[in-house]
Amino acid sequence: MAAIEILGLEKTYMVGFWRKRPKRALHPLQLKVEEGEIFGFLGPNGAGKTTTLKLLMGLVFPTSGSARILGREWTDPDIKAQIGFLPEQPYFYDYLTAHELLNYYGQLSGVPAKNRKQRIEEVLQLVGLTDVKGVQLRKFSKGMMQRAGIAQAILHDPKVVFLDEPMSGLDPMGRREVRDLMEQLKREGKTVFFSTHILSDAEALCDRVAIIYKGELRGVGAVADLTSSVQGRIEIVWQGTQVPASIKALGAECHVTADTVRAVISETRQDAAIDALRRERLRLISLTPVRTSLEEYFVEKMRKADSTAGGAS
Amino acid sequence: MNARVGYIAANTFREAVRDRVLYNLIAFAVLLSGAAIFVGQISIEIEKLVVINLGLTAVSLFGVVIAIFIGIGLVSKEIEKRTLYTVLSRPVRRWEFIVGKFFGLSGTLVVNTFCMAVGVFAALLYVSHKFMPADALILVALYFIVLQFLIICALALLFSSFSSPLLAAVFSFSLFVIGSFAEDLRGFAGMAHGITRWLATAAAYLVPNFSAFNVISSVAHEHAVAGQLVLHNTLYALLYAAAALSGAVLIFEHRDLK
Repeated sequence: MAAIEILGLEKTYMVGFWRKRPKRALHPLQLKVEEGEIFGFLGPNGAGKTTTLKLLMGLVFPTSGSARILGREWTDPDIKAQIGFLPEQPYFYDYLTAHELLNYYGQLSGVPAKNRKQRIEEVLQLVGLTDVKGVQLRKFSKGMMQRAGIAQAILHDPKVVFLDEPMSGLDPMGRREVRDLMEQLKREGKTVFFSTHILSDAEALCDRVAIIYKGELRGVGAVADLTSSVQGRIEIVWQGTQVPASIKALGAECHVTADTVRAVISETRQDAAIDALRRERLRLISLTPVRTSLEEYFVEKMRKADSTAGGAS
Repeated sequence: MNARVGYIAANTFREAVRDRVLYNLIAFAVLLSGAAIFVGQISIEIEKLVVINLGLTAVSLFGVVIAIFIGIGLVSKEIEKRTLYTVLSRPVRRWEFIVGKFFGLSGTLVVNTFCMAVGVFAALLYVSHKFMPADALILVALYFIVLQFLIICALALLFSSFSSPLLAAVFSFSLFVIGSFAEDLRGFAGMAHGITRWLATAAAYLVPNFSAFNVISSVAHEHAVAGQLVLHNTLYALLYAAAALSGAVLIFEHRDLK
């Protein structure tokens, strides 16, 4: 059974004061996330990531489409007992302490009173919020607030956790801790769906990712599959300091060192480059495919989307 | 009562109690009661009358200000600060949130009124040195004031569910003022003709009839309050608050939380 199944969810807002006009925030979205996956939902700011999460949480209503979470309709309020959600840049009742806040959320999520106190201590420990007893949230730093946010999202031991930009506001140490926490959630068999625009986080963590841009899904799959679909590049290293004009003409980026030259060219021009080296009687040292990063894939998708939109207009 | 409604109400109450503005208003109420004693001392023979009038009016006005001041932000503030996101992403129905907020604010006002009522009775004891059986009528006036608060809370929540805090404050306060003159509006409707009569009658019955709840002057003069009025006002306040609350729920159930 899929943990999350998004079946054509679409959102169009009416914008403008006097003359309202429709603005599509999310094109019909089809997406399936399997149980136990860490799934990254990637896109630049304003791409539609938060809109998708708000739709799934029932905070905004779709123009059309539906979704299923753990096999049940996403509008079923009872399914929310099995969902954890961290909003982007979370803000909580700042007159409460972290313990009071978690106790309140525990009550609302139906965490039994006899386990609640112990569970609160456990999650606070887990997110690194110790020594905050009696401190109101208004005195928390941004990073501490983010940690409190993660604590409330996992407090009730949900099966599916939705995190909107969970690394936002955290220092490198905090980001590392959140990454470890997400991996721990996966080990516990939970599904983690998180949105981010920090691609290195997604690359390091995700089983699969989806890329969204201007409200449209641009690609979905395992990171390795996605990056291999991008036209690859090759690094060629040869002996000497000579760079033949025929290699320069292939559009190679060349770096000359003391006794070698390193050139990076498109995979399609690999044979032409080798022929050129042979003609010039230069000794080839190595030929290595350059691994495409998720960032490159991401940028290429954005460019393609922009050029398609430009061409259409 | 649904447990989640209770938790939301308790949290709303806690927020109000920890809000320093509320403490300031209570302090002002205490100050006003002090002023009542002062006026009472310089008013020969009518000290008690002045203390009851001034004290109960202060209780009513401070309560209305608190009801509107807090009520208008109950929903909009939660949306603006996005605290609502982590509440509604739990097994909480939207109606439970609205009803919980209503009970939380109403509870706050009841406690607040109780504190101010203690101040009024203390002032009364100070000027007349003992309580009389007729003083029990003050409790009826206080009960009516609390009923008024229920209506205002529900109206503030209704306006808060679809407009900005500023507009919600304007709407709520305007309705309170118009509602305080509802009897006059009905009188005017009776004298008008044609479409004006029709419109004035509709307006008179649509706005909350707060003038029926104002028995402060009559209580101060030790005039008994009819049991029928108590029953009528109780039913009226409960039905009016329920209708306003239903409106708030209806709007909020369909609102996108952008």
